[in-house]
Amino acid sequence: MIEASLTRRQLLAGSLAAALTPTLARAAARPVTVGFIYVGPKNDYGWNQSHAVAAKKVAQLEGVKIIEQENVPETVEAEKVMEAMIRQDTAKVVFATSFGYWPSVLKVAPKYPDVLFTHIGALWKDGNPKNTIGYRGYMEEPHYLCGVAAGSMTKTGKIGFIGSKPVYFIFNNANGFVLGARAVNPAITCQVVITGDWNNPVREAEVTNSLIDQGVDVIVANVDSAKVVIENAERRGIYSCGYHTDVSELAPKGFLTGAEWNWAAGTRFVKAWQDGTSYPNLLRGGFKQDMVALSPFGRAVTPELRTKILAMKQGFVDDSLKLYKGPLKDNEGNVILKEGEVIANDDNKFKLAVNFLVEGAVGKTGLKK
Amino acid sequence: MRGAAWAETAAISAAALLAALGVFGGFVALRGLNPLDVYAALVAGGFGSWFSLEETLTQAAPIMLTALCTALPARAGLLVIGGEGALVVGGVATVLAGVNLGGLPPPLAVALMCLAGALGGGLWVGVAGALRHWRGVNETIATLLLNYIAIAVMNHLVAGPIRDFGQVLKPASWAIGERLMIGTIPATGIHWGLVFGVVACVVTWVLMRHTIVGFAVDVVGGNVRAAQMVGLPIGAIVLATTVLGGAAAGLAGAIEVVAVHGFASSSLVVGYGYAGILVAFLARQNPLAVIAVAVLLGGITASGGLLQRRFGLPDAATLVLEGLLFIALLAANTLYGRFRRSSGD
Repeated sequence: MIEASLTRRQLLAGSLAAALTPTLARAAARPVTVGFIYVGPKNDYGWNQSHAVAAKKVAQLEGVKIIEQENVPETVEAEKVMEAMIRQDTAKVVFATSFGYWPSVLKVAPKYPDVLFTHIGALWKDGNPKNTIGYRGYMEEPHYLCGVAAGSMTKTGKIGFIGSKPVYFIFNNANGFVLGARAVNPAITCQVVITGDWNNPVREAEVTNSLIDQGVDVIVANVDSAKVVIENAERRGIYSCGYHTDVSELAPKGFLTGAEWNWAAGTRFVKAWQDGTSYPNLLRGGFKQDMVALSPFGRAVTPELRTKILAMKQGFVDDSLKLYKGPLKDNEGNVILKEGEVIANDDNKFKLAVNFLVEGAVGKTGLKK
Repeated sequence: MRGAAWAETAAISAAALLAALGVFGGFVALRGLNPLDVYAALVAGGFGSWFSLEETLTQAAPIMLTALCTALPARAGLLVIGGEGALVVGGVATVLAGVNLGGLPPPLAVALMCLAGALGGGLWVGVAGALRHWRGVNETIATLLLNYIAIAVMNHLVAGPIRDFGQVLKPASWAIGERLMIGTIPATGIHWGLVFGVVACVVTWVLMRHTIVGFAVDVVGGNVRAAQMVGLPIGAIVLATTVLGGAAAGLAGAIEVVAVHGFASSSLVVGYGYAGILVAFLARQNPLAVIAVAVLLGGITASGGLLQRRFGLPDAATLVLEGLLFIALLAANTLYGRFRRSSGD
C-alpha cells in the first residue's frame, strides 16, 4: 500500500515535472524596465546617439521596456533622475551613459541593491557595490582601421586628430589612428590637437580650419559630437572619419569610415538581471569581444581598400594583429617598446597608463611627466 | 476692495494657466499623445508623491531667491534680469570665503559664506543700479550683459586660478569640503535653501508692504517725478533695491554651493536666474505670490523627467509649457481692471 502510494506520488511528481519543464523553458522572459540617462540630446551625431542606438537594441529584448531621459547634467541631478526612474517608473536596470555619472552611481547603488547599474567608464574597482558594472570598448582598434583608411587616402601625407581631454583613452585613440596611417606609409604625420573640453563646437571648428589650412586632408575628432568637424571638413573638401556612432550622412563625399562603440554589448547585463545569472562587474573589449564596430565605408573608399581594412579588422578579432608592438618610440624620442616587445590587445594595465603620443604624432599631450 | 483685487489676480492667473495648459495640450496631441495623460503625469511628477514634492521644492528654492532679484527692483520701477549672473557671482564668492574660513566653527563659517555670497550678488547687481542712477544706463541691458560677464569670469576662474585639478571630468573650483556643507532639512530630501527662500520672500513682503521704506520704493516705482517732488532719496532707493535683489540671487548661489555642489562650476549655470524672471512676472512682483509661483514652476520642472520617460517628449517640453505660461500671463495682464469696472466695483 505504502509502496504503491509512493510510486503513485513519484509518478505524479515526475509527470508534473515533465509537464512543467518545457513550460518553464518557454516562459516569457522576466519583465523589466530599463532606464537610460544621457548627458546631452540623444540625436547629437555623437556620444549620446551611440547610447540611444544601443537603447533601441535593448528595447528589442523580450520583456524589456525602456525609458529614456536626456540632458541630465553630471551633478546631483543625475542621482535624482536615477532615483526617479527606480521609484516612479520601477526601473530595475539603469544605464548611466556619461563618464561623470560614476560618483552618482556609487551613491545611489547601495540604496537599491535589487537594481543593476551600468556605467560606461569601466571604472569599477574591488570594494565598489556588486550591483554596479563598468564596461567600455577599446576604441583604439577601430581608430587604427580609420588610420589605415586615412593613410591610404591622404595626398599631402598630413592627417589630423582632434581630441577632447588629455586622458588615456584619447591618447590610445590618437595612437591607433597614427599607427594605422603609418602602417600604410611611415612618412605620414598626424597633427594632434587637444581642445580641453568634451564639447566645444566653436573651438573644434577653429581647430579644423587651422588644420586644413596647414595641409591636413583627413581628419578625425574625438569630441562629444564630431558633427561640426565633419561638416566643416566636407565643406572644405577633405576626407573625414567618424567617431562614436555612424555619422556618414553628414559627409556623403568625404566620409571614409568611423570608429563606433557597440554599447549594445550591455544587453547581456539586462539578460543577466532577467535570468538571475551572474555578470562581470568590469568588462573591456575590442573587436574580439564585439564591443566596438567600424562604420560602413563611404563611397570614396575603393573596394580593394575595403577588403584590406576588413582583413585587418579580422586580425583584431583573431588576435593576429597587435596595436602596440616594438620597436616603438613616442614623439619625444623616448623608447616605449623595444624590438620584439608586444603588448596584448587586452593588456589593460598598459593601455590605461598610456600618457604618450607615438612617433609621427605632431603635438603634445599637455601632461606634466 | 483688497479682497476683490486678490480675487481678480487669482481669476486672471488661473485663466492664463488654463489657457497655457490648453495650448500645451494641443502641442502634445500633435505628437499623438493624449493630453489628459500628460496633464496627469505633470501633476504626478510635480506633486503626486512625497518623492516628487521633495524634488519640486528643491527646484523651487533657488527660484524664489532669484525671483526676488527681479521682483524687488521692479517695485522701484526697474526691470532687472541679472539673477543668473548674481547667482554665479554669489556662488564663486561663497567658495572663496569657504576656502579662506575653513578654520572657523562650521555654523559661523557657513553664515559668513552665505553673507559673502549675498554680498557678491548684491554688489554685482548694485553696479547696474549705480550705472542706472548716475550714468543713465538702461538697467535691463546692463544686468543682461552682466550675466554673460559673470559666467565668463567664473569659467575663467574655474579653468585656472581657482581650479581643483583633482576634478578631471570638468573644470570646477576648489571644494569647500564636507565639513562646510549644510545638507538637508531633517527627515526630508530637501535642502535648507527652501527655508532661506521662504524667509527671504516673507521678509521682503513685510518690508515692501508694511514699512515706510517699502512705501517710498513704491512711490519711486509709481512716479519718479512725484518721488523727487516729495524729496525721496531716489538714488539711495534705486541702489538699495538693486543691491538687495542681487543679494537674494547671490544667496541662491551660496546655497547651491553649501547645500548642493560644494564647489563652483558650470553646474551653477542652469537657468535658475532666468526662471526667476518668469516667476517674478507671474507673481506680479508680489514676494508672497513668488513662493507659490516658484513651487508651481518647480513642479513643472520636476515633472520634466517623467514626461520624457513616460511619453518620450523632448527635454524642452517643460520649457515650452513655461514659455506658453509666460506669454499667456503677459497677455492676460491687459485684462486687469476690466471686470471690476464692468461689475461696478
